[in-house]
Amino acid sequence: MDNAQLLISGLANGCVYGLIALGFVLIYKATEAVNFAQGDFMMLGAFVTIGLTNTEYMGLPFWLALPISLGIMGALGYLLDRLIIRRLFGESQTAVVILTIALGFVIRFVAGLIWGHEPQTLQNPLAGKEVRFGGLVLGMEDVAVIVVTILLTWGLYVFFSKTRLGLAMQGASQNQLAAYYMGIPVKRVQGIIWALAGVVAGIAGILFAAKGSVDPTTGLLGIKAFAAAVIGGFGSLPGALAGGLIVGVIEPFASRYIAAGYSQIAPYALLLAVLIFRPNGLFSQVRVKKV
Amino acid sequence: MRIVFKTDYMQDIRPWKDSFQLTMYLILLVIVAAAPWLLDDFYLGELTNVLIWAIAGLGLMILTGHTGQVSLGHAAFLAFGCYANVILIEAGVPFLIAFPLAGILTGIAGVTVAIPALRLHGIYLAIFTMALSILMDDVIVLAEPITGGVAGKYLGGVEIFGHLVDRWATPDQFFWLVLIVAIFVTLGYINLLRAPLGRSFIAVRDSEVSAQAMGVDVAKTKTLSFALSCAVTGWAGALMGLYAGAFNNETFSVIISIQLLMMIVIGGLGSIHGAFLGAIVIGFLPQFLSISKEYVAAAFGGNTVAIPGLEFGIFGAILICFILFEPMGMYGRWLKIRTWFELFPFYRKDMFKRQKSYLKTERLR
Amino acid sequence: MSMLEFENVTLKFGGLTAVNDLSFEVQEGEVFAIVGPNGAGKSTVFNLISRFYDPYAGSIRFDGHDLLQVKPSGVAEYGVARTFQNIELFEHATVLQNLLVGRHRHRKTNLVSEILFTPSARRQELENREKVEEIIDFLDLQAFRDKMISGLPYGVRKVVEVARALATDPKLLLLDEPASGLSVEETTDMRWWIDDIRRQMGITVLMVEHDMGLVSGVSDRVLAMADGAKLALGTPAEVQSHPAVVEAYLGKAS
Repeated sequence: MDNAQLLISGLANGCVYGLIALGFVLIYKATEAVNFAQGDFMMLGAFVTIGLTNTEYMGLPFWLALPISLGIMGALGYLLDRLIIRRLFGESQTAVVILTIALGFVIRFVAGLIWGHEPQTLQNPLAGKEVRFGGLVLGMEDVAVIVVTILLTWGLYVFFSKTRLGLAMQGASQNQLAAYYMGIPVKRVQGIIWALAGVVAGIAGILFAAKGSVDPTTGLLGIKAFAAAVIGGFGSLPGALAGGLIVGVIEPFASRYIAAGYSQIAPYALLLAVLIFRPNGLFSQVRVKKV
Repeated sequence: MRIVFKTDYMQDIRPWKDSFQLTMYLILLVIVAAAPWLLDDFYLGELTNVLIWAIAGLGLMILTGHTGQVSLGHAAFLAFGCYANVILIEAGVPFLIAFPLAGILTGIAGVTVAIPALRLHGIYLAIFTMALSILMDDVIVLAEPITGGVAGKYLGGVEIFGHLVDRWATPDQFFWLVLIVAIFVTLGYINLLRAPLGRSFIAVRDSEVSAQAMGVDVAKTKTLSFALSCAVTGWAGALMGLYAGAFNNETFSVIISIQLLMMIVIGGLGSIHGAFLGAIVIGFLPQFLSISKEYVAAAFGGNTVAIPGLEFGIFGAILICFILFEPMGMYGRWLKIRTWFELFPFYRKDMFKRQKSYLKTERLR
Repeated sequence: MSMLEFENVTLKFGGLTAVNDLSFEVQEGEVFAIVGPNGAGKSTVFNLISRFYDPYAGSIRFDGHDLLQVKPSGVAEYGVARTFQNIELFEHATVLQNLLVGRHRHRKTNLVSEILFTPSARRQELENREKVEEIIDFLDLQAFRDKMISGLPYGVRKVVEVARALATDPKLLLLDEPASGLSVEETTDMRWWIDDIRRQMGITVLMVEHDMGLVSGVSDRVLAMADGAKLALGTPAEVQSHPAVVEAYLGKAS
């Protein structure tokens, strides 16, 4: 029973990692860029929602604040692409990586200025409710996290593999020039993807803030989520979720069964092992370049 | 405008373009060496810090700027060099042996990291090294019997030929020690770049397939680049330990790794100047901010409050501006300004224009 | 004497057979051309020689050595140099530095002597420079010596790539579509250079080319390929009139 409880809480945590990882993969899939600021995006999404709903700020009803904050996050994602990322069109991946790391610093700084550095929790209708499930006690938030994550991953997966727009986005990433010739509006597609990634980060942020507390450094969680994305294999949406779940589940079990001090190493040790033995992740997409 | 007429092959092999350039660098060196007489102890300390960061930057520049392997984990090697140096000194090894040895050991550590990392490209290598840097933090805590764990270690000054060299007691001597290391590393770096090995680094950076076709062993070259890069970084780490005096696992966090990479990007990737220019920014930014905060407070009233994260926020903003508007960094900007003066009034805006290229998928490797 | 020998070489990518039981020999001192429609496996032959792929079956021998025993960087050590179809130069280096990389296989110094830049390292640099300057003169690249590759026009890059290959001092030079994308004048220049490379420098040339004018102008023998297999081998005139080749290019006569 004890292990089952650990598993559930691990899964709920893993879903949040998975959601952030989903943001990484979305952007990578469609633009081949890697957004290291995705974790900070999530933190920002959490704070925007807190700013809208919590009584000490604007105090809007939760269900009204939800679409507004997701809208804001989407707009932020779009603007980021429009104003900054688009200028790097055709530059190396590395430039984008360094740029987004710097962006993370700036977002953390700005969030600290606006909302302060104290940990805060999102006031939400699910708070404190529980579900009993044959001896297991689950927080409503945990259930919500798991359900929302699964639905979102499934939805995005269908979008990318079945719809015309989704396929166009994949095409745009693999060869921008060819995609242009095929009549895909590459730049607009990129903008949409960044907006979508913003919305996903917003959802992750809301779920995270409902489960626990956030402060400006929460965004550093993105590093763990990045590990999750790599473990799952960059470029695979279900892979990102699987990677997130693996990292999420390993953590509570490692801290229960491995000596203190060694347990926090576990996710990174796994990451190194995956990189060394299966460098392209568990769901690889890499092929050999032709000369 | 100075035009260099080339009449001899040695003109391209010599590190300086002409005697004018050589004279300028020598003058600069004399001024810097005279810093202990020109600056008070506080600013001398800051200048020492800048030089140490520049050495670390040179270390990372070999790997990232010239071999094209992005590392987000060089703080791990700073830590390795720092601890190796101190542990050797504590074991009774004299500084003049312990210090070079610390760098060599770090270089060997770099090779052991490079071998599994050889297959990794681009962001995969970045995340691999980043994970290493995070792990290093935990490893230092776990290896408490050797490293002192969270309590950390403390090292006073070191003795060189009976002279005490210490950051606080004898800041002048410590500054010269750092300067000498910086000069040696820079000269070695210059030599490397005008020799086959340095060129093979550049070849691997720009095209692995054709480097291979020219007879460059890519795996061996990358491993050597890791070794040299880590050795230099290890020396910088050893000096950082001496500079800080006391240090523990958190002194060399992953944030330092990121800062180091950002520093060489701001300075200018692929140039020795870039490491120094970047170090100046990173070293003097905190001073500059605190001075300007006081100024703002004096001008508009109110008190000077500490704003957490301000330094990183500003630093990040500077970096974003550089990547957007001057991807070649400060050194690239300097080259443009110099060319503008040299060619005045014939400078054209598109002289340094880069070719627009379309992104090709990096999934094809 | 045969310099390069392909013996029953087969290469498969998954289900696709890229090279099918291919045998041919390149004689010392000749210019040997490989022609064929797109996807015939011509560049794959080059990539096999460069050891980017391992053949599924067969053997490749160069100058008495079994090439399949060496690693990719070892091929150049035996004296095989090449150019690439889509130009693979070192973009952020000067023309001079690019050519000096070509001298890499003659490196006698080691890490320590290079970092200290000992007299032997200096001497080696001077020797490299002399050799490279000869090639710069030969291919008329003086004006571009200190220019960055990233700022050079396409036609010049193509020549720089040939120059870099020559800088390795090769016995066998592989040219992958040397004339593709070049203007008529540039193609003519290329033709004379290939001729000179063979006559003055005594370097054997193996090239893949679509421009039949260039092929029949410079090559001694031509191999025509289709679908990874040999169609015909002989003098340019023989191959051009060979019924199988005509069919591969023009389709079956109805």
